[in-house]
Amino acid sequence: MKRLLVIALLAAGAALSQTAPKVDIARLDYGLAARALAPGVWVVEGANADFSPANGCNIINTGFIATGAGVIVVNTGPSKRYGEQLRALIERTVREPVVQVIHLNLHPDYFLGNQAFADVPRLATDSTRAGMAREAKAYEDNLYRLCGDWMKGTQAVLPSGTAMLGPLRVGGREMELREYRGHTDSDLVLVDKASGVVFAGGLVFAQRIPTTPHAQVGAWLGSLQSFSALPLKTLVPSHGPVRSDASAVGQTQRYLQWLDRRFTQAAEQGVEMNELLRAEVPAEFLGWAAFGTEYTRNVAHLYPRYEQAVLGGGKAKP
Amino acid sequence: MPAMMRRRHALSLLALLPWRGVAHADDTGGDPFRSLQWPDLKREFFGSAPVVFDERVQVRAPAFAEDPMNVPVSVAALGLPDIESIVVFVDRNPIRKVLEYQPLAALASVGLRFKLEQASPVRAAARTKDGVWHVGGTLVDSSGGGCTVAGATRKDGSWSQTLGQVSGKLFPGSPIAQAQGSSGASRLRVRVMHPMDTGLVGGIPAFYVNRLSVRDAAGRELLRLATFEPVSENPVFSFDFPGRVAGGLRLVGTDNNGNRIDSRIE
Repeated sequence: MKRLLVIALLAAGAALSQTAPKVDIARLDYGLAARALAPGVWVVEGANADFSPANGCNIINTGFIATGAGVIVVNTGPSKRYGEQLRALIERTVREPVVQVIHLNLHPDYFLGNQAFADVPRLATDSTRAGMAREAKAYEDNLYRLCGDWMKGTQAVLPSGTAMLGPLRVGGREMELREYRGHTDSDLVLVDKASGVVFAGGLVFAQRIPTTPHAQVGAWLGSLQSFSALPLKTLVPSHGPVRSDASAVGQTQRYLQWLDRRFTQAAEQGVEMNELLRAEVPAEFLGWAAFGTEYTRNVAHLYPRYEQAVLGGGKAKP
Repeated sequence: MPAMMRRRHALSLLALLPWRGVAHADDTGGDPFRSLQWPDLKREFFGSAPVVFDERVQVRAPAFAEDPMNVPVSVAALGLPDIESIVVFVDRNPIRKVLEYQPLAALASVGLRFKLEQASPVRAAARTKDGVWHVGGTLVDSSGGGCTVAGATRKDGSWSQTLGQVSGKLFPGSPIAQAQGSSGASRLRVRVMHPMDTGLVGGIPAFYVNRLSVRDAAGRELLRLATFEPVSENPVFSFDFPGRVAGGLRLVGTDNNGNRIDSRIE
């Protein structure tokens, strides 16, 4: 297990070298940097790793888009401090006010930076809004425990309104919000028409083990199939490096298909969780970021449903 | 083995902390996890019976509890002959004992999920015929809260519609026995629907399955289990048998309110 962890960390390190922010723990400075992906479209890249005090628990790629009539922010990061530093970065980068925040799903690093955006509309789907309200307390507790001082003063501020699906026109920019499901009950994808930049949220993981606390594997695979038809020039996953092609979609598909097969087969053979955790895993996945912790979580989240399907007496589907 | 471990700990402590005495090194009674609770646990669970730390008692669990309400633990002591009883317990749980298992006709292995209140050593002790307790364990980290939070079916009230329902399946082959080089073994996995309330959540008294047996078609008891509050809601158990087991098994037992469990395992 230790060896696997080392491999995963090395791989994470390799992905990090291009884009990882320069974290200053003493000053609780995330070292956020905006990288232009197209005229008026920036990504702010986090570490491709698991939550840890060393990376400030900044493992998410957020972004912002200048429209000529104000800036649209995509996700606000894991903490109050992140939100503040993100807002300062946007103000340094663009001479336009922030006019709107969009949350692509309900997970903590998509909205715990909201305190810094309390004065602008913050939009998410109704399902995501309900999920955030339900989970906010647990997220705060968990991230305080995992990240320590970085979380000081962080309190969940929920979205202020419901995101409308379909075309989104702000200023001179034409965008589109599409809703999928499977990673969570509601996975938004933001497409910038002119540039072909796609903010894929949690639907796609690049070079990183997918997170699954709210996942439905079957629905997720279905979504990825229709998603792959989307014309894109640049894909921004929430976790892992930005890609100029759809290769990360294929990675996520391969992982989920493998996981579905492996868990089905294990349940049919009467394998229990600890045996499954120690069973062989294809080398490709061992090399992805956060394998050591995220795969353990995948098993905890998803395997009971596969067991139940074999043992009978249940109706849940993986 | 225990004497060796004690000596090694004493030496390493001396090397690190030369100003401390040897007596201090023994505060945990030679416990490989250096748990200060160990001397008390030892007295509580084993009285004056002989106790040794033994790597042949394998306790497997993930390094951290993603879901503290459902932490998987697998115990196997297949390398030890003549095991009469296995006890699973958790040092830092408010209720420490998870279960007692008498394998009878089954192998000395059991898998289940349990509730973990905070990071802790998780241990299994296997008593051999000579009366010696052999102890193994592993550490599990946790964000906490497993024993003092109500389960899902308690929260939504659905537990009363499924109480005592049993589902399960016999599998030809046992992964743990195969891993240890013995073929021909088989596995039984069963699930019992029960809220398994610990009594540590406000307003919800302790309500848990306390006895289970697996019997064959002729009524012969193949294995016996005493379960306690920390066993997870709707528990799933895995048992292994040395050979093939004929069909027609029944799961029979009770909970602490006197409800009976008696169900054929299809």
